Amino acid sequence: MLVPIFFIILSIVGFYFSGLTGDFVFQQMILRLARNLVLVMSLMIPIISGMGLNFGIVLGAMAGQIGIIVIMNNGYTGFNGFLIAVLVATPIAIILGYLVGKILNKAKGKEMITSMILGFFANGIYQLIFIIFAGTLIPFKNKDLLRSSGDGLRNTIDLISIKSSLDNLLFPNSPYPIMTFVVIILLFVGIYLILKTKVGQEMRAVGQSMHIASVSGIDVDKTRIIAIIISTVLAAWGQLIYLQNMGTFNTYNNHEQVGLFAVASILIGGASVNKVSWKEVVLGTFLFHLLFIVSPLAGQNIAGDAQIGEYFRVFIAYGVIGVALILHSWEENKKKSLNLNFDLNNS
Amino acid sequence: MMSIKKTYEKIGFPRLIIIVFIIVLLVAAASLKIPLSGIYSDILIRFGMNAILVLAMVPAIKSGIGLNFNLPLGVIFGLFGALVSMELGLHGWTSLFASLLIAVPLATCGGYLYGLMLNKVKGQEMTVGNYVGFSIVSFMCIVWTIAPFKSPELVWAMGGTGLRTTVSLENTMEKILDNFLSFKLFNVTIPTGLLLSVGLLSFLFWFFTKTKSGIAMEVAGSNENFAVSNGVDVNKERIKGTVLSTVLGAIGIIIYSQSFGFLQLYNAPLYVAMPAVASILIGGATVSHAKISHVLIGTLLFQSVLVIALPVINIISEGSMSEIVRVIVSNGIILYALTRSGGVE
Repeated sequence: MLVPIFFIILSIVGFYFSGLTGDFVFQQMILRLARNLVLVMSLMIPIISGMGLNFGIVLGAMAGQIGIIVIMNNGYTGFNGFLIAVLVATPIAIILGYLVGKILNKAKGKEMITSMILGFFANGIYQLIFIIFAGTLIPFKNKDLLRSSGDGLRNTIDLISIKSSLDNLLFPNSPYPIMTFVVIILLFVGIYLILKTKVGQEMRAVGQSMHIASVSGIDVDKTRIIAIIISTVLAAWGQLIYLQNMGTFNTYNNHEQVGLFAVASILIGGASVNKVSWKEVVLGTFLFHLLFIVSPLAGQNIAGDAQIGEYFRVFIAYGVIGVALILHSWEENKKKSLNLNFDLNNS
Repeated sequence: MMSIKKTYEKIGFPRLIIIVFIIVLLVAAASLKIPLSGIYSDILIRFGMNAILVLAMVPAIKSGIGLNFNLPLGVIFGLFGALVSMELGLHGWTSLFASLLIAVPLATCGGYLYGLMLNKVKGQEMTVGNYVGFSIVSFMCIVWTIAPFKSPELVWAMGGTGLRTTVSLENTMEKILDNFLSFKLFNVTIPTGLLLSVGLLSFLFWFFTKTKSGIAMEVAGSNENFAVSNGVDVNKERIKGTVLSTVLGAIGIIIYSQSFGFLQLYNAPLYVAMPAVASILIGGATVSHAKISHVLIGTLLFQSVLVIALPVINIISEGSMSEIVRVIVSNGIILYALTRSGGVE
């Protein structure tokens, strides 16, 4: 509980110095929770399956973005457009998740660094497709998506035609994204139910010890691939929810930060590399984004330069992940050496 | 058949791909009438610029901490040394040596502390190192903004606080090593001083690996239990490897910058480890085994791809393509290495 408490204090101090009103912060937090919870949630299952923090959700986010690009190209709008984007993104996410799972199975014990490099690699492929091939090798119907030179997607794409299509479904005049929260709750229940099934139990068993799991007849590799597929699909949906809430789409930057922000959020919430529940997801997303809102203004008011607050925010995101990883492997190593001493004393 | 298979195994899959790729690029360059002598000069210069940053990976791998994704740590100290020497108003060789004199002790201290930390996180050094590196770079962004440097060459002339994003070395040490004893051979400029410094540092490191201390470090990295039973203090050897790697990172960025002509601050050091890691892996190293020959071959191959690809791609396609190729090649190679060594160690 130490990490969340530290960040609660930091947020309160930041809030005090930012000079923002409680009302404004509350409004912003509701929006940001709706936007980001599914992306953070997508990290849960790999953690439970003992694969650590899945930085590979970047690939899921890309699948979501491909869904968006397809509907924008074909001119689908509103909630129907959003649904079609989900239908396009899901199979892509399943395929990508399968590939990520395959690769991570070849790098057991080094899942985190591998999934991170995989994210960078996939980003290169994504740029190759949408900067170089789009408009040249891949024909586009909607020329507004392309740069004026006719090749490569624009840096920002306006999503006004699907903005808030899920948020305001059934409640068109509400200032709050009610339907999105309904979906988020349903997904949390869904994860809870998955973990109750046989596959879910197997995931927990694999997370405890791959060796014991495989001795008791569980197909470890298959279970791990399923975990990553679920994570990738959730990330794709999460990115779609994020984009329909934002209403604009930074073609080449939106997905890059997804892994970093989601991982930092879940760790701030008090999750560790191998233990997590929905409470950490919600608390962590809340605290991380609270810090996000208050730190530039607090930086400006304390140091006289908003840029410093901005740097500080990035530093916090990286620093949290770094410190959490250090503390985790430190504890693991202590446990290991304790066990070793215990064995030696007994023998 | 056997001999083909043997040669294939010796060269290895990734290097084979890269070599084929280079040949394709060279043929393309020749058919597009791009002057090859310029390309060869560029390859030599970029090889010299990057080789020491790649060399920094070797002590880390040898001492058992794996690929040093925290190379930005050493780079930050190197940049700091260069900045201080400029603030003092030094020029030419004095400025180069002053930068090194300031950077190396700092990097030693920093590397020592980082090594202490790595001993607590055995098994996760690469992931932890990556995020420690990112944190330090973003922390230094704040420092660069508020650091009390005064020299007009370093700070924004107006309308901004703190150091410039890129600091020109034109009046201090730009290309001082590159131009030292340089000569032309068949229209190809040979940056003698640069190559000599790479040679010197490689030789010093090679010499170190032959000493008792160097052998102890290697033993600690290759088999921990064996090392302990031979009375080698594994934790101490790992710290030694980390310090050496950090110091080489600091020296590496100074040599890189003098050739490049600019110091790049703020977010620039963020991804400095990726090309270095990719280079040594292309050279044939793995996460647990590396030699100096891997450094030289890997840097040469990796930089050749980038140098030859640039003009070829610029003619066929647009500018951003070469950057994309770099991202795909370097990360693809790192991925390959991570999955190859597979399994729980």
